[in-house]
Parts: sequence; structure tokens; C-alpha cells
Amino acid sequence: MASISGASVPELERTARRIRRHIVRMTTEVNSGHPGGSLSSVDILTALYFHVLRYDPKKPTWPERDRFIMSKGHASPAMYSVLAEAGYFPSEELMTFRKLGSRLQGHNIMGMPPGVEMSAGALGMGLSFSLGLALAGRMDNLDYHVYCLLSDGDCNEGQTWEAAAATSHHRVDTVTAIVDYNHIQNDGFSDYTHFVQRDGHGQRPGGWIDDQGHTVNILSLQPLADRWRAFGWNAQEVNGHQFTEIIDALEKAKQHKGQPSVIICQTTKGKGVSFMENNPSFHGKAATKEQLEQALKELAD
Amino acid sequence: MVKEVRTEATRAALGPTLIKLAQKGLDIVVVDADLGVSTSAAKFGKEFPDRFITVGVTEQNMIGVAAGLAASGKIAFASSFAVFMPGHCFDQVRMAVAQPNLNVKLVASHSGIVVGEDGASAQALEDLSLMLSLPNFRVIVPADVVQAEQAIETAANNDGPFYIRTVRPKTPVIYDNGHQFALGKWDLLRPGSDVTVIAVGVLVKAALDAAELLAQEGVSCRVLNAASLKPADTEATLAAAVETGAIVTAEDHQVHGGLGSLVAQMTARHTPVPIAFLGMQDCYGVSGRWDELLEHFHLTPQAIAEAARELLSRKSA
Repeated sequence: MASISGASVPELERTARRIRRHIVRMTTEVNSGHPGGSLSSVDILTALYFHVLRYDPKKPTWPERDRFIMSKGHASPAMYSVLAEAGYFPSEELMTFRKLGSRLQGHNIMGMPPGVEMSAGALGMGLSFSLGLALAGRMDNLDYHVYCLLSDGDCNEGQTWEAAAATSHHRVDTVTAIVDYNHIQNDGFSDYTHFVQRDGHGQRPGGWIDDQGHTVNILSLQPLADRWRAFGWNAQEVNGHQFTEIIDALEKAKQHKGQPSVIICQTTKGKGVSFMENNPSFHGKAATKEQLEQALKELAD
Repeated sequence: MVKEVRTEATRAALGPTLIKLAQKGLDIVVVDADLGVSTSAAKFGKEFPDRFITVGVTEQNMIGVAAGLAASGKIAFASSFAVFMPGHCFDQVRMAVAQPNLNVKLVASHSGIVVGEDGASAQALEDLSLMLSLPNFRVIVPADVVQAEQAIETAANNDGPFYIRTVRPKTPVIYDNGHQFALGKWDLLRPGSDVTVIAVGVLVKAALDAAELLAQEGVSCRVLNAASLKPADTEATLAAAVETGAIVTAEDHQVHGGLGSLVAQMTARHTPVPIAFLGMQDCYGVSGRWDELLEHFHLTPQAIAEAARELLSRKSA
């Protein structure tokens, strides 16, 4: 199978840098898309596709493949880039992203290209779909594992918690949820405490608009790990940019029996590009051509 | 071809039909959001516990789970009340089922004003409008329990998403057991040349009774059962327009976006004729017995006949 068992950390880091370069190039090329939340998820995706997942890019519907479900469908540049690197299609096609006639729409569409397992874009739908896949695997005696990547915004959605309750209720241990917890959403910052030094406001109930026009404290997710535990999940918290931590947590999650597992990955929105890091402006905006040059310098091998 | 022999609720077809289909070897699974006893899906759960998945009152999640099962090769049925499905989970139906064209079958019971005493919040009067708006979905409104069984079989045997709308009360059975439901075909239940009534669901029987009233006055009224709302029967609709020159539509649903709108769109394109639209006239329901409510909102044989007479006077004017 194509999974690269035991890829070294420097190899994974090189792959991740290539994927990050794809992301900034393809979004600048079309002057739209969501680079920030794509960049935050790259190391998680790289660990999955180049160390953990069982798959064959020549047989994208192979029944025994592990499933990767991207609930945060706006991070499609990361999805497409990792699939291209994994051999599902030539990386040249990435530059057609969001253009008329391309298979690579702005948000993920199931089967376009093959390897994209679920349509996404409206948040909150990935975990329910993952549960359906896992239950089908149980019925058919297939031992595949389902990994579902969630964003901060996914964890706002009620459907995610409906699915969290139902997954533990059915004692499904073949689902691992991964939260790309970058603390930034469309309008600004998901929770205040993570960015407590950011401005002079005292913490107040609800959210507010900061001097840059971003919303601060959109909806607190904390204590996030304990919320999952209260829903019957085995929860781990790791640095979502450290391959050894991510891989170790993914392996522990797969070995954990009797309940589903969640890995809360502390990540940085825009990771790898200095002016995008922790900057909500790059949630849904591409770098300019000049900014792209700087970004590519920072992401060079 | 039609006869009144007994009454039965269309919702009662679901469980027994699914059991029969699964026993024949179809890979059916059912996802249930705490209404399976009411929709009769629970009967399937009793027979096939490993293929019956309870998810609690989580309609949005239910649709996602059904989509995941369908993406894995299952024939996934989800059942609930029409107010909750599609009402509570429309975006999930749109993005997780309709767009990827997955093999998910939604069977929504307790639809329309005839849900009765539960009142306005429980009366789904918008579901057809929502479901007809979704590409890839087939939309069926069975007129009785015999047709409901056929519709469920049709859904199970045809790949892709279906929406089947059933009702709570026991309503007259109009088809005999030899009935063959066909997608895209509106049954001619009664021939006629002066006016056509096109009806769906519980109003099909009212349309037949209206035609009988009109016959006593010497009016020849055609009756079509539009159970296969999507795909619709353009041929039968245009034949009705050309041959009878006037159409009454009757549905237990808002007049916007359902059967009436569909018929108006088809005829306007090819053969514009006067149409009377019977249904809920842009208003909500109230509590009451279902038969009282049909009277209250003018969804009776008498109201259909009156609308037909009015159209006939416009035709002759």
C-alpha cells in the first residue's frame, strides 16, 4: 500500500513544506480561498497520509481503505494538496483550483477528485458522516479506521455534539476525531483566553469587536478536552505541529478500544507564513503576489 | 381500477415493507431519531436489530449517519416526521445527500394539516416545496397505503435519494393490491373531458368524490393522482390542459412551491390554462380533528367541485 510506514520526521517536514507551498500558490493564483485554516491543518494531514492511513491512490474506492473525512471543507486547498502529494492526481492540477471547469471546487465535493470522501462546506457535518462510515464497517466486518478533521467552527455546531453523543453511544472505537484547534474562525478569535494578551479589554461575557475589526471571543470552546470526555470520548491534547506528538497520539487513539478517541491538536492558524500566523484576515483571503514571494521564501527547503 | 375497501395510514407501510425488502436480500439499514415507533420503522428494528441504528433526537446527525452508510454501499433509510425531516435538517439533506447523490431514502410521516390535534408547529406544510427544490431527489406522495408500499419498494430498488411523504391518520385505501406505481407517471383515476383535478396524498380521494359530485351535474371531471411529484408527468398534465382546458390542483401543503406551482409551471411553458389552487393559502394550521381541519381549510370534495365549477364558468365566459 502507499502508506509510507516509518517516514522520518525530516521527510514529513519536507512534505509538509511542499504542501504549504501548494496552498499559498493555489490560493494566490485564483485570489481567493482559505489559506489560514489550510496551513494550520497541514502537519496533521501529512502525518495521516504519509504515516498512518491505509490507502491506495490507484484504488480510491477500495473498501478496506481508511477514511479521512474533512469536516472543515473550507480547508480544501490542504485536502487537494495532500491528495496530489499522495499520488491521487498530478500537482499541476492544483493551479486550476476554484476556476471554471476545474474538479477542485472552493469547498470539497465528494469524489472530485477521487480521494475526497465527503462534500463539505457547511460546518458540523463530518462527524455524523464518519459515524455512518464506521457503522457500515462494523456491519461488513471491515477493519478500516475513520479519521475526521474538525475546526473550531465545527465544534460550535450542534450537529458535531449530536454526533459525538451518538458515536460513544454506539461504542464505536474506529472513529478518531481530530480538532485542528487554531482558535481562529471566520470573524476572528474563537476564545479569548488563548489570546488574553491581545488587547486591553477585560474579559466580559460574550464577544466583542477589537480595534482591527475582528470579533473576539466568538464562542468559547473551553474546556474542550473535558467536553469530549463528558460525551464519552477518550481525549488527548497535543501540539498539532509536532510530528512525533501527532503520530504517537494517532497510534494511541487507534489502539484505544471501547470508545471513540479525539485528539485536540493545538495549532496556529496560517502556520509557516509569518504574516498569516494568528491573523484572522487570512481565514478567507489569499496572499497578494508580493506576499506570495515572501511566503514561498519562508517555506523554502 | 379503484375501489374503497378499508382505511389505513400510509405511514404503516414503512416497517413491513422494509422487512419484506430486507428478507429478499436488499442491504437495507434504518437510522432512527426517536420516532421509529410512530413512523413504523421500529418494526424493521425488531426484525433486524443489527441494521437499525438509534441516534436519539438528532435529525441533523441522523442524515449525516445515513449519508455515511449510503457512501459505504448501504441502502440507507431515515424516517421522522416531515416537520423535522426536512424541516430540522434541510442543509444536511442538501449537502450530505442531494449534492453527492447518495442512496438515502427519507420517509417522512405526520405530514400536512391532517396531523390534526398536534397543531400548527407539528403540521408540515412546506416540506414538498423544500424537497422539490433539490436536484437529484425523487419526491413521492402516496395516495394510500398500497401506493406507499409500492413507493418504498421503488425507492429501495432505484439508486439515489428519495423523499416519500406519508400521513398519520387512517385514510381510505383507493388502490387494489395489483397497483403498480411508476415513477414519473400520474395515474388517470377517472376519465373526463370538461375539467381535470390533479391531487396528491389524502386529497386524491377527495378529488374522486368531487368528480362524482360533478358527474351528477353533468360535468365530466378527469382525476389524476400526482403521487410521483418528481419526476412529474408532463405528458399527462399537458394532455389534461389540452383536452379539458381547466385544472384544479389539490394538496395538503402550502399552495406555494408544491403540486400547484409545479402544474402551473408545466402548463405555463406549453399550454396555459386556467388553474385553481387548493391547498393551504399562505397560512398556518390550527389544532383540530384531521377531518375537521380539511373542512376548515376548504380541502373537501365540495370545495374541489366548487373550484371546478368556477373554472368552467371562466372557460365558457
